[in-house]
Amino acid sequence: MITLLTGNEAVALGAWAAGVSAAFGYPGTPSTEILENLSRHKDDVYLEWSPNEKVAFEAAVGASYAGVRAIVTMKHVGLNVAADPLMTFSYTGSGGGMLVCVADDPGQHSSQNEQDSRHFARFAKIPVLEPADSDEAYRFMRYGFELSERFGTPVMIRLTTRVSHSRSLVHTADRIPPREANFERNPSRFCPLPVWGREMRKKVETRLAALAEEAGKSPLNSIEWGDRSLGFIAEGLAWNYVKEVFPGASVLKLGWAWPYPDALIRDFASGVRRLVIVEENEDILEEHVKSLGIACSGRDLLSGVGELSVPKLLGLKASLGIDVPSDLPAPVPEAADLPARPPVLCPGCPHRGLFFSLVKHDVLVTGDIGCYSLAVFPPLSRTDTILCMGGGFSVAQGIDKSGEKRRVVGVVGDSTFFHSGITGLLDVVYNKGRSVLVVLDNRTTAMTGHQDNPGTGKTLMGEPTVAVSVEAIGKACGMKNVVTVNPYDLKATGEAVDAALASDETSLIVARAPCPLRERTRVGPRREIDANSCKNCHACLKLGCPAIESASKADKPSISGDLCAGCGLCDQVCKFGAIRTVTE
Amino acid sequence: MSAQDTTTNVLLVGVGGQGVLLISSIIAQAAIASGLDVKTNEVHGMAQRGGSVLAQVRYGTKVFSPLVWEGTVDVLISLEKAEALRYAHYLKPGGLAVVSTQVIVPVTVSSGKATYPADIDERLKRAFPRLASVDAEGIAHSLGNSKAANVVVLGAAAGELPALSPHWQAALGACVPEKHLELNKRAFMAGGER
Repeated sequence: MITLLTGNEAVALGAWAAGVSAAFGYPGTPSTEILENLSRHKDDVYLEWSPNEKVAFEAAVGASYAGVRAIVTMKHVGLNVAADPLMTFSYTGSGGGMLVCVADDPGQHSSQNEQDSRHFARFAKIPVLEPADSDEAYRFMRYGFELSERFGTPVMIRLTTRVSHSRSLVHTADRIPPREANFERNPSRFCPLPVWGREMRKKVETRLAALAEEAGKSPLNSIEWGDRSLGFIAEGLAWNYVKEVFPGASVLKLGWAWPYPDALIRDFASGVRRLVIVEENEDILEEHVKSLGIACSGRDLLSGVGELSVPKLLGLKASLGIDVPSDLPAPVPEAADLPARPPVLCPGCPHRGLFFSLVKHDVLVTGDIGCYSLAVFPPLSRTDTILCMGGGFSVAQGIDKSGEKRRVVGVVGDSTFFHSGITGLLDVVYNKGRSVLVVLDNRTTAMTGHQDNPGTGKTLMGEPTVAVSVEAIGKACGMKNVVTVNPYDLKATGEAVDAALASDETSLIVARAPCPLRERTRVGPRREIDANSCKNCHACLKLGCPAIESASKADKPSISGDLCAGCGLCDQVCKFGAIRTVTE
Repeated sequence: MSAQDTTTNVLLVGVGGQGVLLISSIIAQAAIASGLDVKTNEVHGMAQRGGSVLAQVRYGTKVFSPLVWEGTVDVLISLEKAEALRYAHYLKPGGLAVVSTQVIVPVTVSSGKATYPADIDERLKRAFPRLASVDAEGIAHSLGNSKAANVVVLGAAAGELPALSPHWQAALGACVPEKHLELNKRAFMAGGER
């Protein structure tokens, strides 16, 4: 059957068709939809959103040890969190096939950095498969499981944003049955105590050499001979751009990216007059080719900063002197002064009330990863730092202990709190910090598209479960001042912030209201502005709500009936009573 | 002949929540039904929250790059006026811009940091030698639901994608939930009459 799928849908369907038994992950763009799509097959596969990537990875290792096929999914920065188990799992090796599906984000469409996960694969000495499109993503899953089982190694499936989120045609195959779970007790295999770990260390090297030999025979790597004056070695997605821009050239296509097939690379290099390496992000392949003593171009002609693209390869074509195309069109003059349209907190977003309550205070705000990172932008402008998942609390502690005079407010979301905020809170309490810690609890993992988390009372299998209490965790960690507020109530939220800042001890404020986008309902009745009562003071516009529109400073604002979510924050900031509810 | 000479490129732009992704799926389904190779791309995650939204569809005998690039787009479909200008340079010479007359004021304007061009209509005429303006929201509203404005605009663009013409009805059926299908079929037809 042929069907149009995104790369993530193809990975999910490919895993299912290859008889995967267990799948673990933590949401992160561009990887999230893998488990969401796989959950359609929850009768066949156990799935979970784990609290973080390290936990997800370790759980997948357990399933693999038990003999079944398992996957773990995450975005590139999630692999940093999971790096600890990755490094040693390479030593113990897999039982049932284990695929580490990690999605990189070249161009940083939705990420704080542009790191290249292939570095981790080389670091951990495990193979990488890099699909160029959805059909390969589908096929590589089965191939990857077989490779993993044959060589006893975890295998990385490296995706990038454009592979994960592009749709292309996929030829699907019949499903093969899952393996039976049967953990075979063997401490010398599963316990890398030094006495056994030293032996494992040697085996990793033998395995790597065997894998390199296998890569040379793999159908995932192939040469397409064309014009021999110019040859390209292209990995994953990059192959598409080479084919688009250099349709007649010779190409060595690598779907298996590490360890590299040295003999094949040598054969190809000797068959072309000029060799160019095309890879996205880092120059890992190019460095390797050069280490073989083969002269080639790559980063000297093609920047690794930002995502690869056809325009970049057109530039490469010009610099190779093959063709000097006219410059690509620039934005039209009519677009020169267009207003920017950055992403913003949605109408009715509960986070707005908390950040608005911080505006009047001269405090530093250490934020975190989630929708609320958008509070960095005007008019709220109420985030000073963003580092990584969980950093919202621990960066606050460091600033607070540095001698900085201003108070610090650390802000994390509910899912982020469970991911790695708890340890930061523990640090602040234990080491007698005085930062005000805020959990923006909107009852979901919103930014990545509303996944459940340990606080929501529901699992990825669709079952009701315990809804873990943020307040109870805070208290159990020794936090004395714990207060819960409704962030739609500006008075109560403002008082909670005032009280926390007045105290010389740390406090935990849980600002709780469900994300209206997830609830698919208005918070309350829509609002409208009575133009007669409006004094055009623009106080309501300081909320940064996309539903409140004003074409210019001279114009009185109005509220878009389509966009208004009825949260009523504007009601509360209007001193003239000009904002009223709409009777439907 | 290079692959790009036989590939049709459609770029769809708008603002989060307008339904850009639905109409890109409809085009892709029509291309599959036509027996063509097809690739589409869309943006997820942070960029979705009320920001500019962009989707693209490429179809032909064999498609490599999932992304279009500047100066190559056959049809630019925009659900908002200013967004059409933002991506005008992607259109190839002689390409058609189909633009909904809807205006969505960005927060940057409401907060006084920027202004929405008062002469937007003149700008559109200058930037696009071939411009089809469609009061898609008005038409969709008169049909009973202004949310179908996206499909009205698609209907207005369909004439420019002749290879897909026998397959629009099936593609609508494959992408639109049953309870909204009749409305969307009428919206598509109404757009085509523009």
